[in-house]
Amino acid sequence: MSRINNCLINLKAEGRKALIPYVTAGDPTPDHTVTIMQALVKGGADIIELGMPFSDPMADGPVIQLACERALEAGTSVRSVLASVKTFRESDQDTPVVLMGYLNPIEFYGYESFAKDAAASGVDGVLLVDLTPEEATDVVEYFRSQNIDLIYLLAPTTTMARAKKICDLASGYVYYVSVKGVTGSATLDVESVREHVEKLRSVTNLPIGVGFGIKNAETASAVSACADGVIVGSVLVNTIAESKNEDKEFIAQALANVLSPMREAMDS
Amino acid sequence: MSNKMNSNLPDENGHFGQFGGVFVSETLMSALDDLTHMYEELSKSAEFQAAFDNDLAHYVGRPSPLYFAERLTNQVGGAKIYFKREDLNHTGAHKINNAIGQALLAKHMGKPNIIAETGAGQHGVATATVAARLGLNCKIFMGEEDIRRQTLNVYRMKLLGAEVVPVSSGTKTLKDALNEAMRYWVSNVDDTFYIIGTAAGPHPYPMMVRDFQAIIGRETKEQSIAHEGRLPDALVACVGGGSNAIGMFYPFIDDVQVQMYGVEPGGYGLETGQHAAPLSAGKPGVLHGNRTYVMADDDGQILGTHSISAGLDYPGVGPEHAWLKDCGRANYVVIDDNEAMDGFRTLTKVEGIMPALESSHAVAYGMKLAKTLPKDQIVVVNLSGRGDKDIHTVASLDGVEV
Repeated sequence: MSRINNCLINLKAEGRKALIPYVTAGDPTPDHTVTIMQALVKGGADIIELGMPFSDPMADGPVIQLACERALEAGTSVRSVLASVKTFRESDQDTPVVLMGYLNPIEFYGYESFAKDAAASGVDGVLLVDLTPEEATDVVEYFRSQNIDLIYLLAPTTTMARAKKICDLASGYVYYVSVKGVTGSATLDVESVREHVEKLRSVTNLPIGVGFGIKNAETASAVSACADGVIVGSVLVNTIAESKNEDKEFIAQALANVLSPMREAMDS
Repeated sequence: MSNKMNSNLPDENGHFGQFGGVFVSETLMSALDDLTHMYEELSKSAEFQAAFDNDLAHYVGRPSPLYFAERLTNQVGGAKIYFKREDLNHTGAHKINNAIGQALLAKHMGKPNIIAETGAGQHGVATATVAARLGLNCKIFMGEEDIRRQTLNVYRMKLLGAEVVPVSSGTKTLKDALNEAMRYWVSNVDDTFYIIGTAAGPHPYPMMVRDFQAIIGRETKEQSIAHEGRLPDALVACVGGGSNAIGMFYPFIDDVQVQMYGVEPGGYGLETGQHAAPLSAGKPGVLHGNRTYVMADDDGQILGTHSISAGLDYPGVGPEHAWLKDCGRANYVVIDDNEAMDGFRTLTKVEGIMPALESSHAVAYGMKLAKTLPKDQIVVVNLSGRGDKDIHTVASLDGVEV
C-alpha cells in the first residue's frame, strides 16, 4: 500500500483530516528545502506538496510565481528537487511527499526516467498541473509501475460526468480547486465547497483534498469539516518570501507558526 | 516519422501527429470544451460563414491583392516575386482576419468581455478594433518590454477603448502576456472569451486560428491562377507563433509541388542563443497548452528570446508548424535581425512598400530564395503587416529621434 493511502487511512481511523502544506522547492535556495520540509512536519503536516519551479507557471498567482523565480535563480532543477526529497527521507520515512509542477521540465527529463528517479528518491505522488487526463494516457503506466500516485485536479467548472472519469483514473487522493482562479487569489466560499465536495462523493470513494484560498485556521477548520484534506500554499510561500533573508531556523519557526494554529483548529 | 501529408488534421483531440493537444489546468477544460463544440457547430453554419465573409469583404477590405514586385524581381534577378498584401487589410496586418472570426464566436456565445495577448500590438489592435465595433469590453495583455517597443500600437488600442494591461512577470514579452491572459481567463472564465492571436495555445485554438487565417492561402491560390495560370512554386512567410504562415500554407498542404518556407527570427544569430527560432534550434516540449517545439534549457525551463520584431519574439510555435516540419512538408529557415532590416530597407526603397519588421523576415528570405531559382518560377511572400508601427525601432537604429 502506498504511503499516501496509508496516511489517509490512519487519519480516517483517528477521525482527523489531512493538513497538506505546499511550498516551492528551492525557495529561497535548494539548501533550505529539507529544513523547511521538516519544519512543516513539526507544524502538523500529514502530506507535503513540494512544487517543482517552472519559468512559466500559468496556473499560479504572483506569490508562487515569485517563489519559482527565486528558486530558479538559486539554481533549483528537477534533479535538485529529487535530491532534497532523498535527503528528507533519511530522517522521515512516513510523511508522503507529492511533487507538484508543470509538464515541460518533465518532458525534457523524460517520463520514464523521472518516474524511476522520483520513486528512488522517495516521492509518493505527482501532480502535473497542465497534464490533463486525456493527454496522460501515454505516461500513466510509467508512474503506475513505480507505485507513484498521479494526483488530478478537479475544478468548480468540472462536470460530474468528467469528474467521475478523472476520479476513475486517479489514485491517492483528488485535489479539488476551490475557486475559479490562480493560486493565492481569492478566499474560498465554504458553503459552495461543501456542496461541491458532497457531489464529488457521489462519483468517487477517493479522499478529497481542497485547496486554493485557504489562508487561516478558521477556513482550514471549516473546509476540513467537509473535505478529507486541506491544502495550504500561498500563505506559507509568502511567509518564506517575508523571512527569506533570515536564517533557516527562523524561517522554519515562521512556517510552524502559520501551520500549527491550522492543525489545532482542524483537530479540535 | 511518418511522411504522410495530411490537411485533415488535427484529430478530434486537437493533435497534429505528436503535437498540439490540450495541456491546461482543469478549470479551463469546460470552457475549451464549450468552445470546441460551438466552433464545430458554427463552422458548419452557412449563416456564420456568410457573416464572416461579409466582414472580411466590407470591413477588412478583402481580397487583399497579390502584387507582382517587378522592380524587386529585376533587382534580385531570379524567380518572380509576388507579395500577398495582408498589410493592406484594415488595421494593417493579417491579425484582423482571426480577430473578426473569434469575436463573432464570442458574440454568439454571449460573452460580453474579451481578452487577448499581444506582442507587436497588431493582434491587440485587431482585437480592440473588433471589440469596439461589436460593443464588447476588451482587455489586452502586453509585456512591459513590448509596451516600450510598440508605443504607437499601445496608444491605438487605448483610443479604441481597450484597457492595456502591462505584464511585468518573466521576460515581459509575448510569452508572459500569454501566461497572464490565461491566468485572467481562469479567474473570469464564465463571462470572458479569450481571443488568442497566434496559431498556438490549447485545442481548438490552433485549428480555429488557422481556419480563420486560411483565407490568405485560398485567395493566393485563386490569384496566382488568375495572374500566372498556375500555382506558385514557393510560399514564404514569417513564423513567430505562426498564424500568418499557417493561413498561407494550409490551403496548399495537399499541393505537394508547392514548396513552403517558414522563416524564423534568428535575432543576433542562432549561435548566440539570442533568437526566437524553436523549430530551428529548439526541442519538443509543452508550453501554453500544446505540445510543440520550444526553446528551453536542459532542465526544461523556457528561455528568454530575442528578435528585433516583437511579434516574433516567442519561445514556442504553433503545433501544426511543428508537425509540418517533422513530416517534411514545410521547410523552416532563419533570418537574423540584420538581414530582416536589409529586407525592410530594400522593399521600402525598391517597391515603396514599408513592411512590418515581422514580415521583413519573410521579405529577406523571399529575396534570398528567388535569387537561387530560375526566372520562370514564382515565389509568393506573405506580407503579413505594414511597418508604420516599427518606425520608432527603425529610427532609433538610425540614431534618429521621431
